[in-house]
Amino acid sequence: MGAAREPHTPEGPSTQQGFGAGTATHMPSPESSKVSVVNPTRDVPTWKRSIISLDSGFKALMVVAGFIVLGIVGLIVAELVQGSALAWQKFGIHFFFGSEWDPVSGGFGALPFVYGTVVSSLVALFIAVPLAVAVAVFVTEMCPRPLRKPISYATELLAAIPSVIYGLWAMFILVPILRVRVEPWLMKYFSWTGLFEGPAYGIGMLAAGVVLAIMIIPIISSITREVLLVVPQPQREAALALGATRWEMIRMAVLRNARAGIMGAVILGLGRGLGETMAVTMVIGNNPAIAKSLLAPGYTMASVIANEFNEATSDLHRSALIEIGLALFIVTIIVNILAGLMVWTVTRGTPARTNA
Amino acid sequence: MLNREISLRRQMTDYFFTGLAATLSVVVVCTLIAIFAYLVLRGAGSLNWSFLTQTPKPVGETGGGMANALLGSVMILGIASLFGVPVGIGAGIYLAEYGRNRLGRLVRFTSDVLNGVPSIVIGLVAYGLVVIPQRHFSAFAGGVALAIMMVPTVARTTEEMLLLVPHAVREAAFGLGIPQWRTTISITLATARAGIITGVMLAFARVAGETAPLMFTAFGNQFWSFSANQPIAALPLQIFTYAITPYDDWHRQAWAGALMLVILIVGTTTLVRFVFMRRMLGGMR
Amino acid sequence: MPTAVEVRDLKAWFGKTEALHGINMSVEARHATAVIGPSGCGKSTFIRCLNRMHETNPEATAEGRVKVGGKDIYEMPAVDVRRKVGMVFQKPNPFPTMTIYDNVAAGLKLNGTRNRRTLDEVVEHSLQQAALWDEVKDVLKKQSGASLSGGQQQRLCIARALAVSPEVMLMDEPASALDPISTAKIEDLIFELKQKLTIVIVTHNMQQASRVAEFTGFFLMGNLIEFDKTEKIFTNPSDKRTEDYITGRFG
Repeated sequence: MGAAREPHTPEGPSTQQGFGAGTATHMPSPESSKVSVVNPTRDVPTWKRSIISLDSGFKALMVVAGFIVLGIVGLIVAELVQGSALAWQKFGIHFFFGSEWDPVSGGFGALPFVYGTVVSSLVALFIAVPLAVAVAVFVTEMCPRPLRKPISYATELLAAIPSVIYGLWAMFILVPILRVRVEPWLMKYFSWTGLFEGPAYGIGMLAAGVVLAIMIIPIISSITREVLLVVPQPQREAALALGATRWEMIRMAVLRNARAGIMGAVILGLGRGLGETMAVTMVIGNNPAIAKSLLAPGYTMASVIANEFNEATSDLHRSALIEIGLALFIVTIIVNILAGLMVWTVTRGTPARTNA
Repeated sequence: MLNREISLRRQMTDYFFTGLAATLSVVVVCTLIAIFAYLVLRGAGSLNWSFLTQTPKPVGETGGGMANALLGSVMILGIASLFGVPVGIGAGIYLAEYGRNRLGRLVRFTSDVLNGVPSIVIGLVAYGLVVIPQRHFSAFAGGVALAIMMVPTVARTTEEMLLLVPHAVREAAFGLGIPQWRTTISITLATARAGIITGVMLAFARVAGETAPLMFTAFGNQFWSFSANQPIAALPLQIFTYAITPYDDWHRQAWAGALMLVILIVGTTTLVRFVFMRRMLGGMR
Repeated sequence: MPTAVEVRDLKAWFGKTEALHGINMSVEARHATAVIGPSGCGKSTFIRCLNRMHETNPEATAEGRVKVGGKDIYEMPAVDVRRKVGMVFQKPNPFPTMTIYDNVAAGLKLNGTRNRRTLDEVVEHSLQQAALWDEVKDVLKKQSGASLSGGQQQRLCIARALAVSPEVMLMDEPASALDPISTAKIEDLIFELKQKLTIVIVTHNMQQASRVAEFTGFFLMGNLIEFDKTEKIFTNPSDKRTEDYITGRFG
């Protein structure tokens, strides 16, 4: 580079648009007085021009990468909408309310799958939330220092295990335990709820709920932990100074303040559970029926796509499956956005104020 | 007003909830241990040399292995990385260096949305994008599906790591007259290198275990395949296929495959976390 | 006059570092005692030992005898100590998710008081004692504790501490985060409160000490250098170090 260096306005993250070199101090020459500031490259030495175009070329490349991300999601929407058009035309919104799924006769109603997805996720949340929040509270507020890392690491390790392996383990280890020990016990003592009827197959909604629960514990736990850590220490001290026991302090100053964030963590876990495919497919029983009992086999939206897509008998069948995929896509997005908002209000700004 | 009775009740409550939290934590840790224990118990015995070098035998015959699935996974992941890593890093650079505006917010938001899309939906999309026009399943289609899944993770980590690089470092480069693009590549990126590699490896580990998106793209294959243009086996897919059959020998092999997959994935994740994170965070100070 | 707080040979550590080297002090009941000294001299550590908040820090330990109202606080549950000895912190820390009413009532509810009428009475009384009642009486259950101004929040914290009827009130630089007008209000409050309770106030503001406290203790590097009537400390200190501090030679 030469000795005559013009002040170079850096294009770091804090600045936005604009070409770098020369704009600030460049003196307009007579013939370019009309456009001098707008197009500096004309009056700039050649070697600098190539750097500027390299700069803008590089930036353009990066912007393209950003646009690719947008493009991918656009493609996803396009593919799903296009693929499901056939089924949408034929069934309309009633697609999601019909309970007959019969590829042979061409009647497709997705209600059993919606039901299965919702119920299995709810069962999973019912089991996972107490466990996940307990682990988070224990690790951040209660447990002795040396145990912190191992326990939180173990919880995160659960997140690294692929879905198909959970399915394998659930099929051969969890299901027999459910069939032989847990379900008969539930049928014996809790049949009054109406939720535990019918033969104990082992596989079914309950099995799916349990394995889903294990899979979503890590995400609920780690976000809850983040949210708990954000609660300022003076809040804890205020409670202690009033004479609160440690649990009372946690209840009054920590959990209360982190309420919204924990809700967000739970909803994020829900979002994760809605889209789970492999583990659920392997233990839910794949029966498109709506049953009250949790011991009965069921079917989820993701599972039916996984099982039937490759063997789809007709274009309508395939289109119906894609429409289920579209619904799954939309629901997951909404749930994730909602969850993200709730967590954001706690970790970014001051805790949500109650003014009512 | 010192009511001893109330004090006792409150003390008991404190002990109770502490005990409850501890117990539930133990339950969670035990579940993890149970999963790993059974993987080892059921799979370690079958994880032998023939398993790693042979292809599946026909139904009924014992023996055989998942060598083709291993190769298939490697090929698919290779194709996925080819597309996913550059786009992801590029998007990450865009977000960190040029993305402090509305467009940037949109891209970041979209990336988060993409991250949450169920993997089976991605499989459907890749099917429509690649399998239908090509009229056949292929490793390439599988790679595309996994690439789409890698992009948000890689972009997110890249952005975070780049933002960790202190502005002072960039300014030092500008002060020396180094242009923007050169600074980003040689200085900023290089400083954040370890963290970005971490992100890529974590994304890698995450998609290596995915099955659903491969079901309609790579489809699976009982034989060797060395072409990107044909259906191909993949480790998670093979595990699934074997698990749902009624054959004990295939179940045994599914366990072996699962153990191998877990070792690879968990090993990578742990290695990355401990080795790279330590080194990177040390270098940042 | 009876002593409210009797401190004998109090030592405190943070891990291996000794922060207080054997403090002896007798705090007069129903008077205000100020604790002054330069930054890092151990004054905050000292008063946090008086309500056993010091030990909430995982590395912190303490040794010695502290008697409040004749009873050794290290021989009773910490929870009970903190009911007798209340604390107001440097930065106001009301519970943001609770209303003003619930903030003040928080300590009471912990102790098992459920009776609506009792709670109402105590809340009103505490807020009046804290000179905040008139300003918030209409929005008690409508606004959150965090929606008040800084000075009001601090008075809310004082009301919250008063609600459990402590014998001693510890104040750790209660006005340092506030503007002069709020500071004056708090000082007026201390004047009123010390007729009924014992107050120990940490302050780095020597004028404040001379305004509100009858007795003052000067701390330096973990030692109590001098403890006497405030008047004497500020006009005719016995120790040269005290003199150097109050005349501004260091600190």
